[in-house]
Amino acid sequence: MSEPRTAWGRFLARPNDDRTKTLGIAFLTAFISALVVSTTSIALKPLQDANIAAEQAARMDAMLDALPGLRALMEETGVTALETRLVDLDAGDWSDADPTGYDFAAAFTEPEASTPLPPEADIAGLGNRPVLAPVHLLEREGELMLIVLPMAVSGYASTIRAMLALEPDLNTVAALSITEQGETPGLGARIEDPAWQAQWPGKEVTNDAGEIVFSVVRGQASGPHEVDAISGATRTSNAIHNMMRFWMGEWGYGPFLDRLEEEGL
Amino acid sequence: MSALRHLTAPLIRENPITLQILGICSALAVTTSLTTAATMCAALTVVLTLSATIISAIRRHIPSSIRLIVQITIISSLVIVIDEFLQAYAFSISQRLSIFVGLIVTNCIVLGRAEAFAVRNPPLPAAFDALGNGLGYSLILLIVGTIREFFGAGTLFGYAVVVTQADGGWFQPLGLMQLAPSAFFIIGLLIWAIRTRWTTQIEAPEHRIGRVSEERS
Repeated sequence: MSEPRTAWGRFLARPNDDRTKTLGIAFLTAFISALVVSTTSIALKPLQDANIAAEQAARMDAMLDALPGLRALMEETGVTALETRLVDLDAGDWSDADPTGYDFAAAFTEPEASTPLPPEADIAGLGNRPVLAPVHLLEREGELMLIVLPMAVSGYASTIRAMLALEPDLNTVAALSITEQGETPGLGARIEDPAWQAQWPGKEVTNDAGEIVFSVVRGQASGPHEVDAISGATRTSNAIHNMMRFWMGEWGYGPFLDRLEEEGL
Repeated sequence: MSALRHLTAPLIRENPITLQILGICSALAVTTSLTTAATMCAALTVVLTLSATIISAIRRHIPSSIRLIVQITIISSLVIVIDEFLQAYAFSISQRLSIFVGLIVTNCIVLGRAEAFAVRNPPLPAAFDALGNGLGYSLILLIVGTIREFFGAGTLFGYAVVVTQADGGWFQPLGLMQLAPSAFFIIGLLIWAIRTRWTTQIEAPEHRIGRVSEERS
C-alpha cells in the first residue's frame, strides 16, 4: 500500500486509537452534525412559525364560534378579529409595548420577562409569571363587550394553557378554551371535551363580597360558582381549579380587572 | 440474496419488539391512534436506516474509545432534523407525538442495530438490516395501533368505523384501550403467538420452583 499523498489521506490512514485521529473524528462528527441540524432548523423556521400562528388563530376562532351571539356582535361592530393588547400584570395596567410577535408561553422561562413568584403564592406551580400578558378584547363604541385572558398551570403530566373569556361584568365566564395540554388521554385530557367545557359559560368567579370562590368540585357541582371535576383525573381537575384561583387573584389579572372595572377601557 | 434476508428476517421472526423486546416505551405511548403510530413508524424507520448507513460508511474510521458518542451524535442529529421536518410539514401530528419523536434518540433499536450490525457490515446490508428492523417495528406498532384505536375509540386513522354510543350508535368504547397497559397486553399476546409458532424463541426459565428442595436432600 503506497503512502497517501494528501493530508486528508494521511489523516484517514492513521490508526483508529491514535489521539489525533480520535480528536479529529470527534470534531468532524460534531461539526457536520451541527451544520446539518442548524441548517434544517433555520430553513424550516418560517414554516414552523406559520404553523404555530395558524394553530393559535384556529383555536381562537373555535372559541369565538363557541360563544353564542358573538359572531353576530362582531359583524355588527364591523370587526373580523379581536383586538390584542398587552397588560402589565405587575402594574395591573395596560402596557404600551407592541403585542405583535410577543410570545407569552416563552416569557415564562425568560428571567428578564417574568416575575418570580413566592412559593406561597405560586398555587399554579409556574415558578415565574410573565410581566406582560396578551389579552384579546372586543369593544363597541368605547365599551368592552368581551375580554379573553390567557392562562397557564402546571397540570398532572403537562403544562396546561387555556383562554378564559369573560363577559363585560368581568366576573361571568363566557367560555373556557384549552389551547394546549398533554394530560392522560381519556382522563385528564377530557378538559378539552366540549361537553365538559359546556358547563363553564355563565359561572361566576367571585361572590358578592368580591372574594374568588370559583371551584372545580368533585361530585355534584351546584350553584353559580362551581363546575364538575373530571372523575379519574383529580390532579388535572385540581390544576384547573388552581389556575382559576391564581390567574383571577392578586398575582394574576386581579389588580388589572379591578382597575378595568373602575376606570373602564 | 443475503441482503434480502437482512430485510425480511426482522419483520416477524427476528422482530425487534417481540423477540428482542426493544423499543417498548414508544410502542406503548404512540399507539393510541393509527395516525400517530404511522408517523412514529415512518420517523423511526428513516432515522434507523440513515443512521445505520452513515455509521456503516464510516465504520473503519470510528475510534473505538469514542465509538458510542459518535454514534449517538449522528443518531440525535438525524432525530432533530426529522423532528424539525415534522413540525414544519405535519404540525398537528408532531404536537400529538410531543416528546416521543425526540425520544427516538434513546430508542434501543437504533443504537442496537448500529452497534450490533452497522459497525461490522458494509453500507448496503446495514441499510437493509436497518430498514427491515424499522419495518418490523412498524408492523407491531400498526397492529397495536389498529386494535387500540378501533376498540378504544371506534375509529381508524381518525375516521369513524362504528358509531359510538356517545354519537347515538351501539358501540361502547373500551376506555382501557386508550391507556398504556392495554399495549402491554396486546404486545404480550403477539409475543405469545409468535413464540407458539417458532418455539425456538422460547427462553429457558431462569428459575425453577418445586423440585429444588428434593434435589438438595
